Amino acid sequence: MDEQLKSELRRQGVVATSLQELYNWGRKSSLWPLNFGLACCAIEMIATTMARYDLARFGAEVFRPSPRQADLMIVAGTVTKKMAPQVVRLYNQMPEPKYVISMGACAISGGPFKQGYNVLKGIDRYIPVDVYIPGCPPRPEALIDAFMMLQRKIDAQELTGPNRPRHLNAEMASEFVIPEFGAHDLEPPSNPEVWSAPLVNIEIAGKNEPGNG
Amino acid sequence: MSVLTDTTADLLGSGAEDRSGGQLLEISMGPQHPSTHGVFRMDVTLDGEKVVKLKPVFGYLHRNHEKIAEKESYLGCMPYTDRLDYFCSITNNWAYALAVESLAGIKVPERAEYLRVITGELTRLQNHASLVGFLMQDMGASGTPLMYAFREREKILDLFEALTGARMMCNYMRFGGCRVDAPAGWMQQAQKVVDAFPRFLDEFERMLVSNEILMARTQGVGVVTTAQAVNAGFSGPMARASGVNYDLRKVDKYGIYERFAFRVPLGDHGDVYDRYMLRVLEMRESVEILKQAMRDIPAGPIMDPGTKIRGFRPKAGEAYGRIEAPKGELGFYLVSDGSGNPYRFRVRPPSLINLTLLEDMCIGQNVADIVIILGSVDIVLGEVDR
Amino acid sequence: MNLETVKQEIEANVPGCAVDMVLNGSPSAQHSLLVDAAHGFAVAQFLRDGAAVRMDYCSNVTGIDWPVKEISTKVKTKKMVDGVEKDVDEVVKTQSGGYLEVVYHLYSVAEREGPVIVRMRTEDRAAGVHLPSLTPLWRSAEYQEREVFDLYGVMFDGHPDLRRLLMWEGFEDFPMRRDYVDPDDYEYEPTAHDEVLQRTREHWSAEDCK
Repeated sequence: MDEQLKSELRRQGVVATSLQELYNWGRKSSLWPLNFGLACCAIEMIATTMARYDLARFGAEVFRPSPRQADLMIVAGTVTKKMAPQVVRLYNQMPEPKYVISMGACAISGGPFKQGYNVLKGIDRYIPVDVYIPGCPPRPEALIDAFMMLQRKIDAQELTGPNRPRHLNAEMASEFVIPEFGAHDLEPPSNPEVWSAPLVNIEIAGKNEPGNG
Repeated sequence: MSVLTDTTADLLGSGAEDRSGGQLLEISMGPQHPSTHGVFRMDVTLDGEKVVKLKPVFGYLHRNHEKIAEKESYLGCMPYTDRLDYFCSITNNWAYALAVESLAGIKVPERAEYLRVITGELTRLQNHASLVGFLMQDMGASGTPLMYAFREREKILDLFEALTGARMMCNYMRFGGCRVDAPAGWMQQAQKVVDAFPRFLDEFERMLVSNEILMARTQGVGVVTTAQAVNAGFSGPMARASGVNYDLRKVDKYGIYERFAFRVPLGDHGDVYDRYMLRVLEMRESVEILKQAMRDIPAGPIMDPGTKIRGFRPKAGEAYGRIEAPKGELGFYLVSDGSGNPYRFRVRPPSLINLTLLEDMCIGQNVADIVIILGSVDIVLGEVDR
Repeated sequence: MNLETVKQEIEANVPGCAVDMVLNGSPSAQHSLLVDAAHGFAVAQFLRDGAAVRMDYCSNVTGIDWPVKEISTKVKTKKMVDGVEKDVDEVVKTQSGGYLEVVYHLYSVAEREGPVIVRMRTEDRAAGVHLPSLTPLWRSAEYQEREVFDLYGVMFDGHPDLRRLLMWEGFEDFPMRRDYVDPDDYEYEPTAHDEVLQRTREHWSAEDCK
């Protein structure tokens, strides 16, 4: 429908919409996050839901303790190797459509702890991530920004066609391999279906000063 | 999540008596559980609703602080201490700074000592306020008390942000003093927050402290005797709730604590209610300390001019420095081999050691009591697992 | 309380034990007592129950790894060179370390005294890693000794429940030892620099070799 006609009708009290818009509007306005905190970032996540930052304004204050009832997983904090299988299992237990916000430096890449022997260098090695927010920990405003970004992403999804999202495409996987505890490391150390190491130009890294890698 | 099992002998071990007729329920609480304060896990064995066995499982947030610190410089370790007990970054900084100062014989200027006391006690206020909020949440008072607590916490976090630039990871102290001085108007703002704090405590107490449900849930639950508490290494509010008169601010008199008049509240019964009340009373004493410190703070430098922060190389040796952190005795044990990074960097985590008697506290209680007993210990997983 | 008197008290009350003072060169001057492993438990029991000391509170248990380290020291000696006496620098190589050490920080809550620092050393870092557990005396050592076992591999004899504390069951290494090599997962770092960049480079050159 013509946008101008639509706004004209709205002024007259008639709301015209498409099924896709209605569907996406409904989903983006009631994102139920999983009540799941890992480390420091979880405290900022709790602060975001409290009176001052009031995540309820975005329809996302209903933190569900069970993954079966949640749409959104906020990976808030350092994912250790001991915890990684549980995180993937929780993700697998969530019904589609499901989204992941990787909150904070640790969940993105291991952050300040990436040199630790028990720290996973980013949760995106095992599950797909929709929004990354940097910070250590990110401020509540940053988390709210991530919510809005995710809402925009949901709003733009097409219900049909080749670009339709995963939950409408039966051929795409919605569960991922749960890593197992090995003798020295997790096995596998990353899931190649989800993540592969970006090309690193070692030549350049070797010649130049540190920092260009 | 749960399995019904009839191999009770295996579960109970040799010492326990099986009165359940072979019908025990083994459940795993955590690491993803709404009330375990992070990624803590307990393997609980239940006879009906009664706990017969409880084994904590640690390590889900084991971030290798101690290993990473061995590769970092002494200054580089300071931001990592923020992330140990992430509610109380400033007291973590303080304990580490104290250990390094003791290792290298560094003196701290007067004003910096006062700033340390002020920020440290503000940290204690926001930690205890959050704790009582979370404890209420665990008891089923969903939302409201925690929101009240976080409202107060936000006021203190604003102060921290104005002073250090960060809400949670303050990275405020340096060995030999503090990183920055209070900006103009900060002390007046802090004074306002501190003056208003007792009003919050009154409100909180009026609403909740003599609440019948709260008493029924907490009194006589999770009892620890004085002798048990000492033997299990309990420290901080956990020990004092059991009647152990041991507050490092009085015992070690580190910093300038002997200049302030304050009382050390002690519990009689060592149950969850005592631990809860003790924190409320400690907040009142912290307010008293803060008022005295803000009145007496002198002008002057905030860093010892002789301290070399970068390229800092203490002589070979070792030192153990400990402070009364909000959770208990937080200690840092540093071994130096004369190089620029610590040879051994050990954190003595009060949260972990206060969990030693968790099984003893929970056995015989109902499964719902586990949650509040754990809540009353006041753990932060960043420190438990390090 | 003077550590020298504590040492004398121990020697008088625990027959046959070998106690050495380990002096601490730093300004903290927290000296410690090195106790032989065979009498470790008896000494600790005396420290807890002896009327003169009463260390009822075991605050902190630390493991430290001391791998074998060769120390070369220059020693000036006089030597006859070509019939003339001369000062010659001679390099003397000595070996130190080669053991795991466990340090206990003991305090007295009753007397408000402390710390008394007790250390025990294992024979070596491979087979002789047994030390007596002090958990039967102080419950507070329970998790901390498990942690030392987990991260350093010290076997505590007499510990009621010696399992890994932080790492998972089935993990084979002792990650806090100085010679631990962590898994090679440095294939990509978003902000690689210094050591991490080096590790990334090493990872890819190792891949190329395959």
